Amino acid sequence: MSVFGLWVYLSTAPLFWLTVTLLAWLAADALAKASGRHPTVNAVLIAAVIVGTLLLASGTDYRTYFDGAQFIHFLLGPATVALGIPLYRNRALVLRNLLPMMAALLAGAVVSIASAVGIAAALGAPRDVLASLAPKSVTTPVAMAVSERLGGQPSLTAALVILTGILGAVMVTPLMNAMGMKDYAARGFAAGLAAHGIGTARAFTVDTVAGTFAGIALGLNALVTAVLAPILLGLF
Amino acid sequence: MVLGFAILLVCQLVGEMASRGFGLPVPGPVLGLVLLVLGLAAWGRGRPDAEVRDSAVARVGDGLLANLGLLFVPAGVGVIQYGGLLRAQALPLALALVGSTALTLVVTVLVFVGVSRLVGHRPSDEAPRGEGDLP
Repeated sequence: MSVFGLWVYLSTAPLFWLTVTLLAWLAADALAKASGRHPTVNAVLIAAVIVGTLLLASGTDYRTYFDGAQFIHFLLGPATVALGIPLYRNRALVLRNLLPMMAALLAGAVVSIASAVGIAAALGAPRDVLASLAPKSVTTPVAMAVSERLGGQPSLTAALVILTGILGAVMVTPLMNAMGMKDYAARGFAAGLAAHGIGTARAFTVDTVAGTFAGIALGLNALVTAVLAPILLGLF
Repeated sequence: MVLGFAILLVCQLVGEMASRGFGLPVPGPVLGLVLLVLGLAAWGRGRPDAEVRDSAVARVGDGLLANLGLLFVPAGVGVIQYGGLLRAQALPLALALVGSTALTLVVTVLVFVGVSRLVGHRPSDEAPRGEGDLP
């Protein structure tokens, strides 16, 4: 087999891009670890940039890539279920914080939707972009469904959700430290509410309690945003 | 390991069927999460917490959660498909995402801590720091 023939085989085989994704993650995670888990050295972002650059450079389309990467993507479902394990372990702490959680959930969900739509509307974004933006803080499947119902573009929403997650994961630690927040339950809850699973992944690297509360916020905000987004979008 | 993974998948499957079957706004895996907590509560009743911690499902689950970031890489790479869509509205989108995400983080944490104080919790009792402290 010629080198070209070998490349043609590799670049379309699921094995190749699956391996590339794992290696990119290992490299990105090693970088993040070497930085002392510095908030701006986000492993999800670095790994995605590495893989994305390789795709563009090799002229590989995303669908071909996803044939391999889907095996990793699939694990998001069971990983979401697994968030129940730290939740169960910290159940006493969770139950004691029910009231603060409910209040923060409502306030956070309203601000998340209204501020995103408000800022974009003030800058002249068209209606379908506003609808695509409204559910940006919730987990992708819910966000896409909400966006579609509101007359947005679900694929644009998927990209905005990921970008929000990365932004939130990068911003949360410096912002909370600047505010002098020491309550890791509250910090984690904010990360999960504003930045769904990527914020939750960040929270787990900081503190287990923070990760637990991020997971709860991710689940609750999916529910609340699905209800609130149509109402709030109507105000703009 | 297989048992632990099967338990997670069964929870997700039941959650997915409930979500689609009843047209609920909550995604299947989130319902699966609730199911797993209820299951652990039922199974863990009268058992020491250490036994739950070392259970098959906890070991697989902890392994997945320790690498949660990796699972978002394929979706993260997917953003490159929407370069054109994003560029068309780059300024409003960038400002909306940055502004709204920061505002949401600040408001959420302030309300959480504020209500926590109102109902008389001291943060120092609330959250014992885990390992892996950050600067």
